[in-house]
This record gives sequence, C-alpha cells and structure tokens, in this order.
Amino acid sequence: MSELRTETMTVNMGPQHPSTHGVLRLVLELDGETVVSSAATIGYLHTGIEKTAEQKKWQQVIPLVERMDYLSAQSNSYAFCLSVEQLLGLEIPDRVRWIRVLLVELQRINSHLVWLGTHAMEVGAISVMLYCFREREILLNINELIAGFRMFPSYIRVGGLREDLPRGFHEAVRQFLDRLPGKLDEYEDLLTKNQIFLKRTRGVGVISRANAVAYSLSGPIGRAAGWSYDVRKVFPYGGYESFEFQVPAGVNGDVYDRYLVRVEEIRQSLKICRQALDRIAPTGEWAVKDPRITPPPKDRVYTEMEALIQHFLIYSQGFTTPAGNAYVPVEGPRGEQGFYVVSDGTNRPWRVKSRSPSLLACQALAPMIEGGMIADVIAVIGSIDVVMGDVDR
Amino acid sequence: MIDAPTLIARLAAMVPGASLEPGSDTDQPTIHLTADDLVPVVRVLHDTADLGFSYLADLTAVDWWPKEPRFEVVYHLASFEQSARLRLKVRVPGSAAHVPTLKRVWPSADWLEREVWDLFGIVFDGHNDLRRLLMPDEWEGHPLRKDYPVQVQVPVRIGEPLEGSEEEFRENIEMDRRTRGILNS
Repeated sequence: MSELRTETMTVNMGPQHPSTHGVLRLVLELDGETVVSSAATIGYLHTGIEKTAEQKKWQQVIPLVERMDYLSAQSNSYAFCLSVEQLLGLEIPDRVRWIRVLLVELQRINSHLVWLGTHAMEVGAISVMLYCFREREILLNINELIAGFRMFPSYIRVGGLREDLPRGFHEAVRQFLDRLPGKLDEYEDLLTKNQIFLKRTRGVGVISRANAVAYSLSGPIGRAAGWSYDVRKVFPYGGYESFEFQVPAGVNGDVYDRYLVRVEEIRQSLKICRQALDRIAPTGEWAVKDPRITPPPKDRVYTEMEALIQHFLIYSQGFTTPAGNAYVPVEGPRGEQGFYVVSDGTNRPWRVKSRSPSLLACQALAPMIEGGMIADVIAVIGSIDVVMGDVDR
Repeated sequence: MIDAPTLIARLAAMVPGASLEPGSDTDQPTIHLTADDLVPVVRVLHDTADLGFSYLADLTAVDWWPKEPRFEVVYHLASFEQSARLRLKVRVPGSAAHVPTLKRVWPSADWLEREVWDLFGIVFDGHNDLRRLLMPDEWEGHPLRKDYPVQVQVPVRIGEPLEGSEEEFRENIEMDRRTRGILNS
C-alpha cells in the first residue's frame, strides 16, 4: 500500500469569494480541515479616496467619505462632519443634533441587518438574509424620502443637514420603529437557540479581552470579548449623553457572543431612535446660521442679489477652515470610526485619514482563525463584519 | 481632565532627557516628540497603571512637502482609566524618514505602519515586515506623498500562459514573504 501524504495543503480563498464580504484574499495552510496558518492580502478595493479628498473642497469630501464604509454611510459622514466642525469651532443647534443621532442610529440598524442577513446566510440559515433585507428596504426608503438617495444620502453636511426634513418623515420612521421589534423577535427565534447555529458559532473565533485591546478591536468584537468600550459612553459626542441606552457586552469573545451583542445593539438603537424622534419637531432649523457655510434658501437666491452671491461663493469656493487638525471619532456599527482631518487654512483638506475599524478587524483575523477549521473561517469573517471599502479605501 | 503640560511634566520625570513640547490642538491634548524619545515615552504611557494609555486608536502620517521637516507621524492614543485621549506627533525630515516601530507595544500597529510605509515611504525601524498593504506588490512610489501625481496611468498588463515545470514555478513564484515559507514546507 502506498504511503499516505501528510504535508499541509495551501489553499487560496478569494479575492473572489461569496463569503469574504468583499475582496479579501486569504491564503490558508490546511492540515486536513484545520487551519494551521493564514496570510491575508487586502488592497483590491483601494481607490485612493484619501488622496482624492485632498483635491476636493470640504463639503465635496462628504460623498467620498460616505462610500468608504458603504454600509454605514451616514456614520462616516457624521464622523467627518464632527471633525470639520471641531476645526471650525461650530455649535450645532439641538434639533440638528437629534436628527443626526436618529439618522446615525437608523444607519446602525441598517448595517446590522445586512450583517445579520449575510452572516446567517453564510452559516447556513439562508432565509434570514431575505427577511433582513426586507426590513432594510424600509430604511432605504426613509433615506430616499429625506435625500433622494438610498444608500448614500449625503444628507449630513458640515454645519448641519442638507435641508429640512420632508413631510411624512415622522410617520415613516415611527412605522418602522413599531414594526422592527416583532420582526427581530422572529429572527431571533430562527437563530438564537438553534442547535445548528450554536454548533457553528459557540467557541469559534475566540479572542480574549486583552487581545481585543491590543489589536484595537473596538466595537462589537471588543464588547463581545468583555471590553465595554463604546465611544458614545466613554467619549460622548453629539448629545448622546442625554439619551438613555445600554451597551451590551459579551463574555466569551466568540462568534456567538458577537451575534448576541449586535442583535441587542439593534434593540438599543431602536430605543435611542424613539427618544430622538420625540425630540424632533417636524419643521425647524436644519443647519447653523453661518453664512459662509450654510447656503441660503432657494427662494431668496432667486430674488435677492446678496443671497445669489452667497450661494455662488459657497458652491464655487466653499468655506475655509483655520489651520489645524482634529479627530472626533464616533461609534460606528463596526467600532470606533473617525476622520483625522488636517487643514492648512484653505478650502481643501490637506490630509484626511479614515480610522477604519474594518482594517484592524482584518488584521486580527489571523489569530482568530488559526487552529480552527476551514468552515469556521467563514463564520469568523462574517462575525467580524468587515467592509472592504473601509479596509482598502 | 488631563492636559498636555501636566502629562509632559510627568513624562519628563520618568523619561529623563526627553524633549517634549505641548501642542495647540483644541480637540485633544497633543505632545510633540522626537523619534528617539518615541518608544520610551510610549512605554511609560502604556505601562504605567494610572496613566493607562492601553489603546492605540490610529497611526498615520502627514506629508508637509515642500516644508521641512517633511513628514509628521501622528499617533492617537486613549486611556480608559482617565477617560482621556492623547495625540503624539513626531516630525521627521524627508531625507531621513525613520521612526521606531510600535508593533511590539500594540500588535495593531503592524498593518498601520505597513500602510504608512506603503503610502508615504516612512520606514519603521524594527518592524522587519514592511511590505505593500494597499498598493500592488510591485508598485513603485509612495502615492500619498504630495509630490506624487493624483492620477497615474499604468499600461494594461496582458498575461501570458505559464511555461515551465512545477519545481520552477514553485521557486520563482512571487509570494508574500509569509506564504513563501508555507509553500516550501
């Protein structure tokens, strides 16, 4: 009988692969089904957004920045606006702050629904994906209501919002907030106590609390490992200190705990959204009244010369910021997300660096999958919820 | 609330000879330091229990060309004991763009420093694994430098069928340094 060959096998996973959540390439060394070592290659989605941002005026960077982490678009634009408003020293009116909080929490729900759908589908629960995307459809319709765009509204701008809320906004959001908790219970019925799901996710992809801090894994990954760091609680911004909500944290740091943490985060976001919606008047101010930053209303532009000049200057030159730098991070759906903006005193950024939680999660993939089985790699990649647009920029 | 002068006073006591300057940023306390003082100061910030800067939020660089010193490496740290953030800045000249690595303090600095080397060309001494992260492996130049063009036209490469034996393929394939070891085992 011939000898059995026992060397390890090297397998390439990606960059084209349905379960790598984008263009991620993993070269896995396998001993049978066990992953002995792995090497990740990224950069397939690098489009030089940071370099492009240096050529644009401040307000023009917002669409670029929204498209980085394309599932948490409004979190990105919110983080960027906070940093630029810090540079400018702007005080944002309360109504604008509550609208922004509402939109960002809806964005968190949106992103977590995509995560839940794709993660469950990859682990085998295929129907969950369509259910989650059905709920997400309502959120995309709300985006379309306020801005005309579904995924990248560019509604949160430096100085406030693009324009006032439309009629029907409150009803649409309230309908969604009333509908989702029951649906979420249904999806939890499908997964939380499902033996197959538990077998695939319990004890898989474990990372310890100390390693989570060392690898800078803020967000649900760190919280599932027991590290209760939420930027909204530890370094509050944008009025979050006035909202009542809790931050869920796990114990084991495995895939199942990350699932539980994110599902509970959706519920907590619903709680914040209800509080925010009650504070928002249907009409009112939507931006700071600074004439260099906020364009005048169109009816004045058509009738008054000064408003026309102001409109023209804003849209052709944009505003300038004082020289300096600022980094005001927010709690995005994936973790601490922020933009380090450097200004040289002109109307364009000198440097925009996106602090990307997904990049750090990709880096920490190796210790999480080594020693596990190849099927667990899929579960772990789903649980760290990486968006390659943010990893590569 | 901590501020830069208080921190600098403590650090100066624990790292004698360090030259530390407070910065003037309004959003976080900022300390300017030299590349030589970076590792001792960071060790003190990280290891001292009541300072507790255990979290590296971000590591990046800014190119101030044509001003000199050209590059500014920026570190964003956070301490949960004090609920405080801190920004460290190191200026290095374009002709000698070297900074010691921090990947032994925080493993997360590994890819962040690779990215800075990839996009700016700043060398991190002691990293030992500086290779391209976002750009293709054989790319030349450091794109985020200010003297690098915004758009570059690269001619399309047309692949040709591979010729040669399996052993030749294994020897000549260009792979990441890490995977090279895997393939030859």
